[in-house]
Amino acid sequence: MNKPRAMRDELLENIWRAMDSNKEIFFVSADFGSPVLDRIRSDYPERFVNVGVAEQNLINVSAGLALEGFQVFAYAIAPFITMRCFEQIRVSLALLSEVRQMNVNLIGVGAGYSYVMSGPTHQCYEDITLMRSLPNFQIFSPADHKVAGLLFQHCVDHSGPKYLRLDAQVLPTIYEDAAPSLKKGFHVHQAGDTTCVMATGYMLHTALEIAASFRQQGIELGVIDLFDLARFDQTELIAELQEYTHLVTMEEGFHGRGGMDSLLFELIARHDLDLRMLNLGIDGKYRFELGSRVELHEKAGIGPVAAAKRISAFLER
Amino acid sequence: MREAARLAPGIHLPGDGFISFFGFGQFQGSGYSVVIANSINLSDKAHWVWRETLAIHRRAPETRIASSLSSIEIFVALYYGGILEFDPQEPFWDMRDRCVISKGHGSICMYPILAELGYFPRSELQRVCQTGSFLGGIPDPVIPGYETINGSLGHGLGVATGMALGLRRKKHPRSVFVVCGDGELHEGANWEAIMFATQHGLDNLHLIVDDNKTAMLDYTDNILSHQDLAARLEAFGWQTVRCDGHDTDALQTVLSQMKSTNSGQPKALLASTIKGRGVPGLENQPLAHILNPKRELLDSLLGDSSDE
Repeated sequence: MNKPRAMRDELLENIWRAMDSNKEIFFVSADFGSPVLDRIRSDYPERFVNVGVAEQNLINVSAGLALEGFQVFAYAIAPFITMRCFEQIRVSLALLSEVRQMNVNLIGVGAGYSYVMSGPTHQCYEDITLMRSLPNFQIFSPADHKVAGLLFQHCVDHSGPKYLRLDAQVLPTIYEDAAPSLKKGFHVHQAGDTTCVMATGYMLHTALEIAASFRQQGIELGVIDLFDLARFDQTELIAELQEYTHLVTMEEGFHGRGGMDSLLFELIARHDLDLRMLNLGIDGKYRFELGSRVELHEKAGIGPVAAAKRISAFLER
Repeated sequence: MREAARLAPGIHLPGDGFISFFGFGQFQGSGYSVVIANSINLSDKAHWVWRETLAIHRRAPETRIASSLSSIEIFVALYYGGILEFDPQEPFWDMRDRCVISKGHGSICMYPILAELGYFPRSELQRVCQTGSFLGGIPDPVIPGYETINGSLGHGLGVATGMALGLRRKKHPRSVFVVCGDGELHEGANWEAIMFATQHGLDNLHLIVDDNKTAMLDYTDNILSHQDLAARLEAFGWQTVRCDGHDTDALQTVLSQMKSTNSGQPKALLASTIKGRGVPGLENQPLAHILNPKRELLDSLLGDSSDE
């Protein structure tokens, strides 16, 4: 289905479809819903549980179910499912999965500013940093519902704890025809001259928009969607990066605080790549202004206009 | 092997030499499965565990001794009193009862128990807290017989409720037991789990509180009192019973009754215990948790024991 829809609806529909034949799937929510979730609730009440507004218990109950062999999907708003219960995630998922086999998939809805009007408590700019600090965790940050939907099969096929960072809004479809390789963990949308823009989640849309405008000025930017933030194919990604002299990272999270930008810094330093870097992310401050997502992004320095300006300046240096 | 173990709660053990060595009585079936006979004296067993635990602490002062002495009889009743089903040869045997030891630091007394039951060689007890040993100051599931990560308090009950729900949904007959401390119940996540267990009628879930009434720096009542803990748990919808947590026979009777009562409510046993029991200077000492008895005191308590 290429008609744009919410990432969670695509993922949850795949879960719902599979629950009929796959009796091991268990869905746990912290009082967070969606129209598709209503189908799971009504069709599989034995394998659905709402723990209430209790994220700490969401994680621990999910861990317990996973120890009993269930493939667990735990569902809540992104900042709450990562930060309210971070020690439960650390102890009962990251640590315990070092010793015992368990399959728990945290579905966090509301990446970055995607709860536009709800302010900083419901927005999520720190989760990439926190989740990538945990060994054993796989982290996915899709840019459209197609990739979000693809993640389902990966989740049931691969054990271990995972974090799925989903946007709360309906975003345009990016992968109209071909599906990206989950094994590779990233997708090259276009090759560029000297500069590559590496984006994750919503920011891929901004990156593609900026690349289109640069093309009109005769500059080809490379654009890569890094949707796997933990186990992407490093060798392949390094091979891509070796084609460039400049790298721009774009994430809807704080920059310079251990997010995707740090991940790439570390990769580049470890492999001695000769790349200049510009990191575009949210400046390290909390904002209470209201506005559209694009307006908020412009204020935070990651909107299409602000980001394009910074990229131009970066290229001239 | 399995068949006999299912006849009654108890353990099945690998070899008859092992059985006679530990004095278990009654043989079942082919001779390598046993059901613990009534003749086993739980109180003697508890005393043996007490000595072994002190001896471990003498060798490894990094272990928390006071809270490991209050829980001895609880574990003896669970593992020797015929309450739990388990298989030392296959720690994650599907037909085991799940025992989540949430008060990790306060369960060093499980080391001699697990070793004696055959989860790992007794020689490992000589290496507690040493390089290369899996028996640390806070037990984790790298130790055969442990289910979950412990040490960070207040996680065991939540994970156990998930296990209990999972067992229920699988229509699995086994139960979940959680041993936690009263200080540990300060952690709010426990109360999320307590509400959850009631909501889902998890009567296959058994919480045993080692109610030694002492946290790390003071008596629990002086820090954040549970007031009447039984009344609180009952108000949350739990079936609650209290008994002397150092009376192995009482514990065995109560736990056995708890396990066989299924009325749609989760169950809690509040075991009234004494932190640092049997060690002068630790008993009735609010700082018992962080105190180490002097070597000479341990020597005098253990006598010229051959424990080492």
